[in-house]
Amino acid sequence: MKYALLALLAKAPAHGYELKQAYESLFGAVQPPLNAGQIYTTLSRLERDHLVQDHHVAQDDRPDKRVYRLTGEGEAALREWFDEAVRGPYLKDEFFTKLIVAKTSGAADPAALIQRQRVEYLQSLRALTDLRLKNPNGSTAAVLLIEGAILHLQADLKWLDLCEERML
Amino acid sequence: MNADSIIITRDLVKTYANASAPALRGISLALAPGEFVAVMGPSGCGKSTLLHLLGGLDRATSGEIHLQGRRIDSLSEAKLAVLRRRQIGFVFQFFNLMGNLSVADNIELPALLAGLSPAEARRRRESLLEELGLTDKAGVVPSQLSGGQQQRVALARALINRPAILLADEPTGNLDSTSTQEVLALLRRYHQAGQTMLLVTHDARVASVADRVIYLKDGQIRTEARLETAHDSHAVLSQMFALEA
Repeated sequence: MKYALLALLAKAPAHGYELKQAYESLFGAVQPPLNAGQIYTTLSRLERDHLVQDHHVAQDDRPDKRVYRLTGEGEAALREWFDEAVRGPYLKDEFFTKLIVAKTSGAADPAALIQRQRVEYLQSLRALTDLRLKNPNGSTAAVLLIEGAILHLQADLKWLDLCEERML
Repeated sequence: MNADSIIITRDLVKTYANASAPALRGISLALAPGEFVAVMGPSGCGKSTLLHLLGGLDRATSGEIHLQGRRIDSLSEAKLAVLRRRQIGFVFQFFNLMGNLSVADNIELPALLAGLSPAEARRRRESLLEELGLTDKAGVVPSQLSGGQQQRVALARALINRPAILLADEPTGNLDSTSTQEVLALLRRYHQAGQTMLLVTHDARVASVADRVIYLKDGQIRTEARLETAHDSHAVLSQMFALEA
């Protein structure tokens, strides 16, 4: 959330509630709603690290509004984040460890492990396919995220087939 | 194996002439009414053979098939043809529509062959086309349609006789991801309306819509998995992608 908030502030200064709304309009379809506390905790950390600065704007009849803006350091941090490729992919290494250890130690049945994992992945795939079918016209962000997750699971399932073929 | 199963097989074996090994080596399964089963497995595992035997397109070497309580593996060719027409709906990877017939005629033909009145065939065709969003395509020939649209026509044709079971062989195998999504949504809709289905696929996304996934290997059922509808799909996503960076 940190960099998403910095990027939103790069467009224009905003107060916490505006940021919450903007963030939710980007990711709301694929994430449970945020609580206000999450936004303010992140903002106060960003402020502590000098990446954002707040100033108070007086309002009639109401407490002052705190408007946040990006600092020079914040801009640099955001630029650095954009300029760096994201490392991946992340193999499900805990399962991989289990499988290899099961085979060598004889302490568990690799076939049973693979089967359990397959059901788990299929179950997740079903949840995501449901989500996708329920939002045929979802936001681009939502569609891409769900499709990405589906592609990962399809690959994971193919990999289980390979494990089964080579190990059992 | 419940007595009210739509389809039951017992120890189904299929050996093709000139083949070194049997394509199916003893398949026993049962589909409950309204159940949606997906069959997966590597190429050559026997999944298409199983579908062909269940649909009476080919004959088993040994074993039994019961459809709605009636043994069908020993029926004569003529009786089997009638049964296929009335009680089984087929959807194939390459649609298999009649190229010289209009969409409307493609859909109505099996109803007329099964002995429905022309008026009833037409009524059902119109309502299916409407459900499938193809009303304005009734008069065109299949080649004027996209792959996804052709598969929807094939689905309408398969459902017009209200079959006891819908059999689908790689129904999305020749479709892009948008059309795959559309066909999945339709399969799910008919399943929710109570249609019993068995679908063969190599695509886990397609299989994940089913109630049960059966894995074949070397002509045998290797494993199977029952799937449940998740209560919190969002949790699955946020578990996979830690958005809170």
